[in-house]
Amino acid sequence: MRWTHWVNFPVLTIMIWSGMLIYWANDEYSFTIFGHTFFRFFPDWYYNLLHIPHRLSEGMAFHFLFMWFFTLNGFFYILYSIISGEWRYLLPNKHSFKEAWLVVLHDLNIRKTAPPQGKYNAAQRIAYTSIIIMGLGSLITGLAIYKPVQFYYFTWLCGGYHLARIWHFVLTIGYVFFFLVHIFQVIMAGWNNFRAVITGFEVVNEQPKPAIETNNENEQA
Amino acid sequence: MSKPEKETTVEQQIKRRTFISFGLFGVYVAGAVGVWRWLYKSPEEVPGITGGTRAPLRKALNKTEIFFRRLAFNENHLVKTYPKEMAAKQVRFNSDIGTEGVLPPEQWSLQVTKKNGQVLKITLDQLKQLPKTEIIYDFKCVEGWDQISHWGGLKFADFIKHFGLEEEAKMDFVGMETPDQKYYVGIDMPSALHPQTLLAYEVNDKPLPGRHGQPLRLIIPVKYGIKNLKRIGNITFSNTRPRDYWAELGYDYYSGL
Repeated sequence: MRWTHWVNFPVLTIMIWSGMLIYWANDEYSFTIFGHTFFRFFPDWYYNLLHIPHRLSEGMAFHFLFMWFFTLNGFFYILYSIISGEWRYLLPNKHSFKEAWLVVLHDLNIRKTAPPQGKYNAAQRIAYTSIIIMGLGSLITGLAIYKPVQFYYFTWLCGGYHLARIWHFVLTIGYVFFFLVHIFQVIMAGWNNFRAVITGFEVVNEQPKPAIETNNENEQA
Repeated sequence: MSKPEKETTVEQQIKRRTFISFGLFGVYVAGAVGVWRWLYKSPEEVPGITGGTRAPLRKALNKTEIFFRRLAFNENHLVKTYPKEMAAKQVRFNSDIGTEGVLPPEQWSLQVTKKNGQVLKITLDQLKQLPKTEIIYDFKCVEGWDQISHWGGLKFADFIKHFGLEEEAKMDFVGMETPDQKYYVGIDMPSALHPQTLLAYEVNDKPLPGRHGQPLRLIIPVKYGIKNLKRIGNITFSNTRPRDYWAELGYDYYSGL
């Protein structure tokens, strides 16, 4: 689980970078509502800063190699989650959608108490499951653009070649947002949490239990 | 005499395991950076039929193509076609390498080199007498744009049959070049014989204009636009990959869709 996480980080970075090398060759997407363009992907200074222009063939070569690692890594992650039973902690359950709001409110310091959680809280369950579905989405929309004739059913599923390219792009923007929130949360969660993602264990300071129970709350026990 | 091992405290265990894990993580990061540097700085392939790409990436491109061809390529997989009204009136024009200006029709004939070295010279009128096939499909450019366009011509498979090129069609590749040999493509035979591959002489029901490959061009919907050679001058057959303009400049040789 940890390993696939740390494999995914550089692989996804390379996929996004090489994807931008490809996108540059036909950068037609913008954020437009009622004829007013708010934002165009991407401004020239951004391209030049990252040395993106005129590298389409290079981008394709990298993209079509690292797509293998991206796919295999995702496959192993899902396989491991199923075999180890970890999916139980990760899939949202019937309470998750309600509780996720409470988590968000708590994280935004609007609500004082956080809802009870296991290994992952409700918001995490939703986020970490969504990101896997997004990964699958990138794979399918990617194949739909890569071989629209041979994988015509994927292209059809995505609503055509045009729409598949847009979905593929939107998912990538989604990863960037996920990453920003993710990093923010990691910083907020602190060192112990970050260490756990590398070492695989978490340090919990347990208070020694008092020998004699005098607390009323524990009477039922 | 071995010293009796001191019992480690929980604190020490945490420290030790953290140390080991971070050590391993450091090795992993260093390894990942190392692999990336190796790949990014790996030398370009030796220029030949293909060129302009890092050698390991070219190898990966070729292997990936073969994988997908075995997995999915099927001549029954047809490109989606559209009603005539959807075809663009202004067909997008990207490049005129090898097809500058207009070629006087009397100076043009299609030269086909047969296996035995015999060269056929075929005129446009000869081609126009064969059954015409039309296709309205979404033309896709490697840059990322696409456009629905309407082409008319004869099926490459019909062309093979009519001119008795069955022996040649058993070879692995078709090579096509412009009359001035400035632009050239290599096509694998299964794609060339795909039922939607045309030798086109019409666009939107009119003879091809100069910028769209007058008088005869290749329309091969199972490939990106870079393979759709304009103004075919000669056709050859071979078992090795013919030279290809964009493959020499770093693009995938096959560029299949």
